[in-house]
Amino acid sequence: MERNFLDIAHMLAGGLVLTSFMLLYQDRMYGLLNVFALHAVVLSASVAWQAYIQGAPHLYVTAAIALVLKAIVIPVALHRVVARLGIHRTIETVVGIGPTMLAGMGLVALSMVVMLKATATADPLAREDLAFALSVVLLGLMMMVTRRNAVSQVVGFMSMENGLILAATGAKGMPLVVEISVAFSVLVAFVVIGVFLFRIRERFDSVDSQTLDDFRGERR
Amino acid sequence: MDLIAALAIQGLQMALVLALAPLLLGFTRKVKARLLRRRGPSIFQPYRDLLRLIRKEVVLAENASWLFRSGPYMIFAATWVAAALVPTFATGLHFSWTADLIAITALIGTARFFLALLGMDVGTSFGGIGASREMMFATLAEPAMIMITFTVALVAGSTQLSAIAQFMLTSSSLRVSLGLALAALIIVALAENARIPVDNPATHLELTMVHEAMLLEYSGRHLAVLEFAAALKLLLYISLIGCIFLPWGLAQPGDGVALYAVGLVTYVGKLALGGFLLVLIETSIAKMRVFRVPDFLGIALMLGLLGTLLRFVSRSF
Amino acid sequence: MPLTVALWSVAVLLSIAFLAMMGSRLRAASVTVYAACLATSLVNLISAALYLLNDSAALSARLPIGLPWIGANFRIDALAALFLVVINLGSAAASLFALGYGRHETAPARVLPFYSAFLAGMNLVILAGDAFVFLVSWEFMSLASWALVMAHHHDEDNRRAGYIYIMMASFGTLALLLAFGLLAGPTGNYLFSSITGAQQPEWLHGLVLILVLLGAGSKAGLVPLHVWLPLAHPAAPSHVSALMSGVMTKVAVYAFVRIVFDLMGSPAWWWSMIVLAIGALTSVLGVLSAMLQRDLKRLLAYSTIENIGVVFLGLGLALAFEAAGMTAAAALAFTAALLHAFNHSLFKSLLFFGAGAILTATSERDIEKLGGLIQPMPQTAFLFLGGCLAISALPPLNGFVSEWLLFQSVLTSPELPQWSLKLMVPAVGAMLALSAALAAACFVRAFSIAFLGRPRSTAARTAAETDIYSRTAMGMLLAFCLLVGILPGPVIDVMAPVVEQLVGRAMPIQGHDAWFSIVPVAESRSSYNGLLVFVFIFLSTLLAIQIIHRFASRSLRRGPAWDCGFPDPRPITQYTADSFAQPVRRVFSAVFDARERVDMPAPGDARPARLEVSWRDYVWETMYAPISLAVQLAAEKLNRLQFLTIRKYLSLVFAALVILLLVISIWT
Repeated sequence: MERNFLDIAHMLAGGLVLTSFMLLYQDRMYGLLNVFALHAVVLSASVAWQAYIQGAPHLYVTAAIALVLKAIVIPVALHRVVARLGIHRTIETVVGIGPTMLAGMGLVALSMVVMLKATATADPLAREDLAFALSVVLLGLMMMVTRRNAVSQVVGFMSMENGLILAATGAKGMPLVVEISVAFSVLVAFVVIGVFLFRIRERFDSVDSQTLDDFRGERR
Repeated sequence: MDLIAALAIQGLQMALVLALAPLLLGFTRKVKARLLRRRGPSIFQPYRDLLRLIRKEVVLAENASWLFRSGPYMIFAATWVAAALVPTFATGLHFSWTADLIAITALIGTARFFLALLGMDVGTSFGGIGASREMMFATLAEPAMIMITFTVALVAGSTQLSAIAQFMLTSSSLRVSLGLALAALIIVALAENARIPVDNPATHLELTMVHEAMLLEYSGRHLAVLEFAAALKLLLYISLIGCIFLPWGLAQPGDGVALYAVGLVTYVGKLALGGFLLVLIETSIAKMRVFRVPDFLGIALMLGLLGTLLRFVSRSF
Repeated sequence: MPLTVALWSVAVLLSIAFLAMMGSRLRAASVTVYAACLATSLVNLISAALYLLNDSAALSARLPIGLPWIGANFRIDALAALFLVVINLGSAAASLFALGYGRHETAPARVLPFYSAFLAGMNLVILAGDAFVFLVSWEFMSLASWALVMAHHHDEDNRRAGYIYIMMASFGTLALLLAFGLLAGPTGNYLFSSITGAQQPEWLHGLVLILVLLGAGSKAGLVPLHVWLPLAHPAAPSHVSALMSGVMTKVAVYAFVRIVFDLMGSPAWWWSMIVLAIGALTSVLGVLSAMLQRDLKRLLAYSTIENIGVVFLGLGLALAFEAAGMTAAAALAFTAALLHAFNHSLFKSLLFFGAGAILTATSERDIEKLGGLIQPMPQTAFLFLGGCLAISALPPLNGFVSEWLLFQSVLTSPELPQWSLKLMVPAVGAMLALSAALAAACFVRAFSIAFLGRPRSTAARTAAETDIYSRTAMGMLLAFCLLVGILPGPVIDVMAPVVEQLVGRAMPIQGHDAWFSIVPVAESRSSYNGLLVFVFIFLSTLLAIQIIHRFASRSLRRGPAWDCGFPDPRPITQYTADSFAQPVRRVFSAVFDARERVDMPAPGDARPARLEVSWRDYVWETMYAPISLAVQLAAEKLNRLQFLTIRKYLSLVFAALVILLLVISIWT
């Protein structure tokens, strides 16, 4: 039975990495938001499973918060933002999808090596989940780096935070207080970014960060 | 006596894949029609289509060569041998050790090589479009298939399909790498069988056909043979997914007749399930434009590579 | 005995070269020379094969020529015998082909003597028992092949190809000279038998590996030292191209194997990383470049680069396993690499012979001017198709067997202890699979544009079938390809003594398996039976034909092509080579910076639209162009040395003398 618990935990963590790759693959705005909602659903399933095998009921609350906040509230809000800003286009990327995917593979390999070497003496379940979590964080960061559109950069930031939550739950013991404070800080950051997006759009008629760079005088 | 029984079962498998392939095709068309709120043709219509084509006169282009006339039989033979090597209702058949999953992939590659040549034979631009795009898809689909083979072989300890199926039956294997391999195999199966989102099997518009474009100049018995080969390929991929990822019901060598019958019934059930899921996928997403397909197949390659990488990194993935 | 036969055959070949130089004006010179080379190669082949089969001990001989304190040492052991078989099989086939092809040679005096000398040089390299003989033979082989490349020197492209070739060959020999110098050490012991046992520091062996990769790798065609190969191989006459691609590259592989596996012995694990990376990169870059070529021979040359990359990939895996102590896996990887080298010599020669047949029939190397050749040249088409199937690694031919063995050895590598190798091997496996799939696409393109469709030029329309010698040579090679594909077990068993000598252990004996199948590791892991696959395909085809012809209608009618109801009789409307390559070129556009520019005139403007396709060779731009620029600048500066006065020259001599005396006084 232990073996099955391990396998299902790996499946869910691997599913989160898979969903991060799907986020990188999307080239339409609404598709991106739907996959982000899926990302949050997989995260909450993974956290709930961790709660079950660790016997830590407070993690159920974390899973519920992730589900409600990140799978429902934030995607719906971002949908509204996108509709009001009028960004219905495809997402422009800095490099093509092929090289992005290859770089993503390299990042996963890197995080595997780093995590499995650094935590050589720890519990095997925790180490491997940490390796997946680091991959999700790195993939989220790469998404922020390789996207021109501000909304997709926000989604990348959110997916990075999902990876951090996965890491924290896998490592056995993040108190509920920390989780609630992290969630609230993310919400605040999200509200601030949303407000800024509207202000930027009012000012410059565009949220494309390349246009903003041109305004700042930085030629690419 | 044992040898006769083993040979008989092997012969039964070869005849079974041949008999069931058009039925699978008819079933998917019927389910698709139903999902689209049409009545659809009978599930036995492909058999009637094949008979009708066989009885028709062959119209050959003036500059068609000996390769054009003999190619369809080569393609059919390669696909039939590959399909007959995948365990359908039983593992450990008498000749199952002659070719493993890599060899089956390569046999499909042989069939595709000849098909592309046949498309170019008459010298029309449609054949050129079909052949060049098919080879471009193959450039990514074949490595993806090899990486899937690696992932599954590293889990199961062998590249032989019978050994893989037996391993999957006996061990509880909910592994991440297998999940990734399954996702990749579904993508490769969609691409190789010219299904939506890669190619539309029901269209004859030049910009949306790849497989159909290569067959455009064929008629009569040659076309029948090529259509049969395409149906066999679909059966092969669904049987492959069934044998690796849903191995329950497969009879082991040395079982009684009852267990073989159970294997047959579960196999037909797996084909029906596979056909139904295929139709669900086809009716829910749209066909991609052709230069988005390499990104799609690239995903399959990445997933296969990721699965292999995970197995290299740790035994518990 | 086999050593004597081999040395005598080299002597015979050298005398044929000398006589050819004298009598090349005679009408029957061509046939005589090639027939004599054929006979000599056959004798050498049979003797080497018998030696290999009888599993004898190493033989050596010393001739009193060359340097006075070493003499000339020759040696034959299992590895040498295997490569002698490869070389002489290729030479025999090329000589047989040339019996027919050589009739069309416009400058026989420039080809015949050097052909025989080339064969002699290659055999001598394999037979060398000390570093001196090795280097002299290597240089002799390079010079003879350079002369053959320059045979048709009126063509500007051939002259340029020869120039680049001789530069790269000299560079390669310099690297090998340094490598042997390091290995011989301060005692100056050039004998191979004494180098093998010597203990040397680890860093020295690492340095020798780099030098051998530069020297032998440039002759074999590893990226980034491959640029001479696609220029030089097509420039030579077709039978010589077949020898250069199919056989001379194997001599380079022999040099690598001899120095790294035999003379240096126990490898360090990081050697395998370099070899694996170079091998994988070479294979993918080679086949992608082949996909873009319009010149048939240049396409085949790039495909050689790809296959050499695959061979070195296998050798890299063998090094990794040997360094980790996994001898069984090392035996598997090494056998796979050797088998692929042998297979490649077979099908690449076959393909070059086909290109030579096309060249004789149409005087065209550009496949965009061909088309429809399957009608006037059906037998050549069939044989060339067989070669394309073999090189695309498709069962039941031989290319598939070696690729399959390589895949199996990749599957045994999770047990490697080093992390970097564990991450590298899956990526290398993916690149191997990618190169195999791209090779299939490349050869579908080559065959279909050249042989299928409608003729695109008068030359293609008026082609005729080639002579019987060419077809026999091609048929013989195709028969070997099929034989090795169907019965790979005996071939692996024949290679076992070589593998055992170099890696320490051989693959399990394949002769014991039922029905001639091959089992690389264990029966439960995986097996492949080429014979049964071939028999099944054959029987299924027959069965399908019988059933269809029993129930189907017999009637058949010829008519114009359907073409969706818009048939166009002009051959220009069919796909060209560039258009066939367009999807792959677009998918992999990042590798070559491939761009398509369309220039559409405005409505009302009567000029034609223009499509421009361009790509760049990054290797040439980043490595060779700066180096040649630097060399030119340095040469211009140093040119001033040509115009000094007598007094200045004397002062140069005086200064050199004084410096050398100073050095001697300080150093001792």
